[in-house]
Amino acid sequence: MPNALADLSPGQSGRVTLVAGEAGIRHRLLEMGLTRGTTVRLVRVAPLGDPLELAVRGYRLSVRRSEAGMVRIEDADG
Amino acid sequence: MTAATQRRETGLQIRQVAVAGNPNSGKTTLFNRLTGLRQRVANYPGVTVEKREGRLSGTDIVLLDLPGTYSLCARSPDEVIARDVLLGRQPGTARPDAILLVIDASNLERNLYLASQIIEFGTPVVIACNMIDVAEARGLHVNCKALSRELGVPVVAASGKTGRGLDEIRAALGALRPREPFIRPWSLAPEFEKHAARVQRTIERSGVIPSHAARAGALLWLTDYLSEDRAGVEPATRFLSRLGSEDAASLRESADAIREFVHDPAASAIEARYAWISQVAARVARPAMIGNAKTPGRSWTDRLDAILTHRIYGVAIFAALMFALFLAIFSGAEPLMGIIESGQLAVADAIRGAMAEGPLQSLLADGVVGGVGSVIVFFPQICMMFLFLAVLEDSGYMARAAFLMDRVMSRVGLHGRSFIPLLSSYACAIPGIMATRTIENPRDRLTTILIAPLMSCSARLPVYLIVIAAIFGDRLWLKAGMMFGLYVFGTATALLVAVLLKKTLLKGPTPTFIMELPPYHLPQARAVLRTMWDRSKLFLTGAGTTIFAVCIIIWALGYFPRLDPVQLPQETRVRLAAAGTDDAALSNAVSAEQLRQSYLGRMGRFIEPAIRPLGYDWRLGVGILSSFLAREVFVGTMGVVYSVGESDHTSDTLREKMSRATWPDGRRVLTPRAGIGLMIFYVLACQCVSTLAVARRETGAWKWPAFMFGYMTVLAYAAALGVNQVGAAMDWGG
Repeated sequence: MPNALADLSPGQSGRVTLVAGEAGIRHRLLEMGLTRGTTVRLVRVAPLGDPLELAVRGYRLSVRRSEAGMVRIEDADG
Repeated sequence: MTAATQRRETGLQIRQVAVAGNPNSGKTTLFNRLTGLRQRVANYPGVTVEKREGRLSGTDIVLLDLPGTYSLCARSPDEVIARDVLLGRQPGTARPDAILLVIDASNLERNLYLASQIIEFGTPVVIACNMIDVAEARGLHVNCKALSRELGVPVVAASGKTGRGLDEIRAALGALRPREPFIRPWSLAPEFEKHAARVQRTIERSGVIPSHAARAGALLWLTDYLSEDRAGVEPATRFLSRLGSEDAASLRESADAIREFVHDPAASAIEARYAWISQVAARVARPAMIGNAKTPGRSWTDRLDAILTHRIYGVAIFAALMFALFLAIFSGAEPLMGIIESGQLAVADAIRGAMAEGPLQSLLADGVVGGVGSVIVFFPQICMMFLFLAVLEDSGYMARAAFLMDRVMSRVGLHGRSFIPLLSSYACAIPGIMATRTIENPRDRLTTILIAPLMSCSARLPVYLIVIAAIFGDRLWLKAGMMFGLYVFGTATALLVAVLLKKTLLKGPTPTFIMELPPYHLPQARAVLRTMWDRSKLFLTGAGTTIFAVCIIIWALGYFPRLDPVQLPQETRVRLAAAGTDDAALSNAVSAEQLRQSYLGRMGRFIEPAIRPLGYDWRLGVGILSSFLAREVFVGTMGVVYSVGESDHTSDTLREKMSRATWPDGRRVLTPRAGIGLMIFYVLACQCVSTLAVARRETGAWKWPAFMFGYMTVLAYAAALGVNQVGAAMDWGG
């Protein structure tokens, strides 16, 4: 089971358990709705491998792989 | 009873209403609908954040459209402005009497985040639940009455697209009453709450913000102060300086106490707020749709994105669109520019015909008409550029372009949004620099502005063409290869400079790429044209005046002092006699002599020692100086200094003259070595007053354009010197 958002493959979902990383980025990710317990789906990866497109709280959010690596997740069905 | 308390009882006198909301919430479309065509657009002092105001049709209420923002914890210049206006901290803008809060019904949860922050401040609020039709089309029903009960403020179902809800919004704004003190319906950890209440009491007592806002103000201050992030700590520290030292110390003490009990207090506040929002959303919208990442069925946006961000089709479509953009700026504006130029000639001729020869005639015909021409000749390109950008932005494609290109741009430390401004700079750096307005991070934006003029713009093309023709003659492959090489060289230098700037002067935390990919919309003609016109107009009023002034100065430098036909110096007589007796040749020679001894010519000769190591004579020096106005002037000036009557399109005669020109000792001036050096000089040098004027306009000070001019000139000189000296050492191209 992948343990960071960046490890998901397209189409896979996970539930946020923790957002780590530098305060400015961490808080903005939280404010964009990636709070604990939120289900996130990786929709697709940009053609050059970065950034990623996520589906969260009913909208689409794009983040870089490095930022997605700060979001820890658990199995969405667990 | 005072007037103020009386007003509180009878209702509100509302004059100024701020329109706030998330980016992509359809705020501006709704604003346009509500205000009609009469709007005023300016910039907030010192920043290029647009300030857009308009009168709510049928009333005296002024609406102020704020930049879109996700949170009151502001992280970009746009968000800082929005927050400061909302909280009454923006100098020169009055605290709004009420707020029209636009939320996107199809994206309820994230929009409610900002909404709840704003509502807590106690200013009267009307919520426009926008895009209600989009939400309904997706099978999502939002119960506005229930939402209004949850939030304690009026909520109106609206659609900026169809015009639904406009009358209701107007009515709701008219019927606003002072609000009951708002009790935040969600809570923090007990220790956090206890100290937040203490901070609230201190702020309330200090009177620095209205007492009804003290509770929300206390929480905003605490989360900012405890955010461990510059974007939050800075405004929090500024706020402390407005309090007395005792109060400030008490606030710091409370904050420290919270830090001891709560891990990452700012994050815990965000999570507590979202927990409440999820519940509200579940109660007011059909629960199956909310809080679920999977959108049932495939939406239009999904189907489009499958193609537009596809590994092959997506990239191909992007390339085609960029090519079209390039073509539009490069050649689409050409006919209009041609009309402007011929209009300019006609007006100048009319002036020459109507007035006696003399300084005034030349000032009007050459200086003023030329100056106005130099400003408006860019106008079609700029309009074209902004039209294209507005369509890309309005449709939602701009975010996809950044999504596609971010990997490439992040290699040099920039954001995907820098790609389009840089690409447009190949046509002209002026629209390119103006296009950087779509970049949120100020450091990224500045870096992009500073490297944009290194992209070879269309004004360099005539210079390249004539010099290449003069040194390579008919060797087609060599000519094409040289041209291509110049473009590659400029681009490579730009990227290198970007890397250097991001590692030194503009060093900072890695910019984030946390960007919403909004659903696609069909762009609305009215909104697109409006944006195009407003932004293009700012070019005329902002940069145009500077460009005009410099044109007049350069005209004067080339015009004065006049040759005295009676007392010509001996050497001048000799050169004139050598020109021959034919009228045209003589008049050309006279113009050349006039330019030679004008201030501009003297400056050219004065800098000759400095440019001689590059392999140039004073005539090329004059060309370089005068093309500061605009690079394409080089061809015209060369025509005069090399005294050729018409520097026509093919530039044949000029080309031959240039390639034949010699130093006094008979060596050729424009050797391949000097020619390549000259072109490299043109690739790198910032010889464009318009670019500098626009950069000043966009950065708000002369500091950065001065830096831009300095570094580019040094680069250009060093590179041209290198070409000439290394070439000489290797005995090549002389």
